[in-house]
Amino acid sequence: MYVLSAIISLTLLGLVLGFLLGIAAKYLKVESSPIVDELESLLPGSQCGQCGFPGCRPAAEALVAGKAASTICPPGGSALAEQIAALLGLELDLSAVKEPELLVARVSEATCTGCTRCFKVCPTDAIVGAPKQIHVVVADACIGCKKCIEVCPTECLQMHPIDVTLRNWRWTKPALPVASNAVC
Amino acid sequence: MLKIYLNTAELIPDGVAKALKNFLYLPFFRSFTPYSESGSDVFKRLPDFFSKPRIRGGVHAEQHKAATATQAIVTNFPLPKKLYIPLQQHVGKPAEPLIKVGDKVLKGQLLAYSQGMISAPVHAPTSGIIVDVNDYPAPHPSALPIRMIVLETDGKDKWLATKPVADPFLLTAEDISLRVGAAGIVGLGGATFPTAVKLNMGRENQIDTLIINGAECEPYLSCDDRLMQERAEQIIDGVRLMLHGMEAESAVVAIEDNKPQAYLAMQKAAEPYPLIKVIQIPTRYPMGWDRQLIRYVTGKEVPVGCRSSEIGVTIHNVGTAHAVHKAIRYGQPLVSRVVTVSGGAVARPMNVEVPLGTLLSELFDFCQVNPEQTARIIMGGPMMGDSLPHTGLPTVKATSGILALTLGELKNTDEQPCIRCASCISVCPAGLRPLDMANNIRINQLDIAVDLGLKDCISCGCCSYICPSNIPLVQYFKYASGEVAARQQAQHKSGQTKRLIDDRNLRMERIARQQHEEELARIAAKAERERLKAAQEATT
Repeated sequence: MYVLSAIISLTLLGLVLGFLLGIAAKYLKVESSPIVDELESLLPGSQCGQCGFPGCRPAAEALVAGKAASTICPPGGSALAEQIAALLGLELDLSAVKEPELLVARVSEATCTGCTRCFKVCPTDAIVGAPKQIHVVVADACIGCKKCIEVCPTECLQMHPIDVTLRNWRWTKPALPVASNAVC
Repeated sequence: MLKIYLNTAELIPDGVAKALKNFLYLPFFRSFTPYSESGSDVFKRLPDFFSKPRIRGGVHAEQHKAATATQAIVTNFPLPKKLYIPLQQHVGKPAEPLIKVGDKVLKGQLLAYSQGMISAPVHAPTSGIIVDVNDYPAPHPSALPIRMIVLETDGKDKWLATKPVADPFLLTAEDISLRVGAAGIVGLGGATFPTAVKLNMGRENQIDTLIINGAECEPYLSCDDRLMQERAEQIIDGVRLMLHGMEAESAVVAIEDNKPQAYLAMQKAAEPYPLIKVIQIPTRYPMGWDRQLIRYVTGKEVPVGCRSSEIGVTIHNVGTAHAVHKAIRYGQPLVSRVVTVSGGAVARPMNVEVPLGTLLSELFDFCQVNPEQTARIIMGGPMMGDSLPHTGLPTVKATSGILALTLGELKNTDEQPCIRCASCISVCPAGLRPLDMANNIRINQLDIAVDLGLKDCISCGCCSYICPSNIPLVQYFKYASGEVAARQQAQHKSGQTKRLIDDRNLRMERIARQQHEEELARIAAKAERERLKAAQEATT
């Protein structure tokens, strides 16, 4: 009798817990690694592919798997590299990293036909234009993904370095003293 | 303490005096009573030995002021043919021009109005014709172009009819601020913060002390010194107007003790007004830094990240007080300023009143600067000023001095390794550790440098000045501050980029959904039409 009640109660317990787990698995499902999500939210999300991966999520997965360095994202620059390194707890040596020069697209008015292909592909809506009107790139919104360059039929879109104005002019780093001083 | 060192300094030779001076400023001895009348009473001053020192850090730089401080301000500067007036001569948003090319303007006429909360208008420095509104090189180390109004002078220098106020003390405090703002007055010490905004902040925070900065601690410069000697009454009047505009109680005019004549003149002018006190402060760079001066005069420390008005103190320059006097009493906007032209390559060093927008080249011709000897052109003082690449740049509201220095006056830049002597730590007025900050910046560890207090660095240059290894410490800090700002901008941009992409994706989804719905509606309509057609056929 005792044996029977033990078997029944344990079976019931198992069934109830199994049912609960089944429900939890359905409703509290973790779809992906939270760290990958977090990394993806850090990355620009423009799927530009400059890192060599097909998009920002594959890049985030590669970062988590340790297949990519934290300095992987060119548009993010060293600021993003620092954030990634802090999130993943990686040692980061920026002294070897050269700040990538960000290029932005610019329309040459002479050859633009107003075909509207470029502003349809621009991921940040940085191109303003209308059919048969000369288009223009808003430099502050351009992320340098070069998608517009690929679709332009007249090659009127070209990448240019950002204009230096008083707003973004910075002091340069002092050059290190000549090596002969360091010998001692 | 002050008196002892003044007397001894006269008796003993220069080198010994300097050594003694430095000794007297050692931490243990440097607790001055700022303006005690009873100098002999040792017991009264005894508690000062145990109180916190009122001056932190600083250096004794060679003064080089005598060449210009002994001559009267030159007021007969020949009017240049063209004036280049930048639309941004102040902190904040640039002014917006309201004149057209070809317009005739009179001296003091509004050329560009201020836009936004923190901004200042720009007025015509003389009468003439507007010939251009375009980009010209800015008085900045990069000499990058900024928007300027080019005014061709007609030589008449004719003022716009101004309305002098009979008794400005009958005006409301708000009205004083409005008039100061409309006159385009900004802080003339070099910070160029709009004065009206500062007056408003002072009134809102109910400040009790107005400090007038007559320290002029930068070497070479003597424009404030001369202004105080020659126009003391006007300055004191400006101070009274500022007090009225801020509804403040009392003012303290602080003058370094290397300007005894300015001190006497100001004291004489302030005699009828017991609320305005004129005091002498020790000569030590950077005594004119607002926080240092506030600490010395009031004993209060401005907390990090706070404005001085939050602790009940506001600080204005003597030049600003003079400009306020002219603006309120005579309705004259800020269209000229006194500039010190000095340095080893200048044959006729002087303080000269010039219209804003005068090119440096004209100023240099007038002062007979030898271009072959000039190794560096500096706008401002030698410690904090900016080196300029050429002389085709205009003077602006911030220009307190223009220096043409010879090679011999420049610091040796032969950089040697750091010997960790910690001289930079003892001279830093902000209490930072420059050597540690610079080492971290060198290996791009900017976060650590920020933790060490990079944002509290005021770029005063004391550390670079004192460094026996000639390490360009300030350049490191300027570079790092710019880099930190650039990173913040980059972060901001990536945030904005994400927002743009999300918005675009949402829009694309909406468009796709709409197209799908339209398609469905079209199919449904077609089916309906066919059904009706079929029904019609069935009936016929």
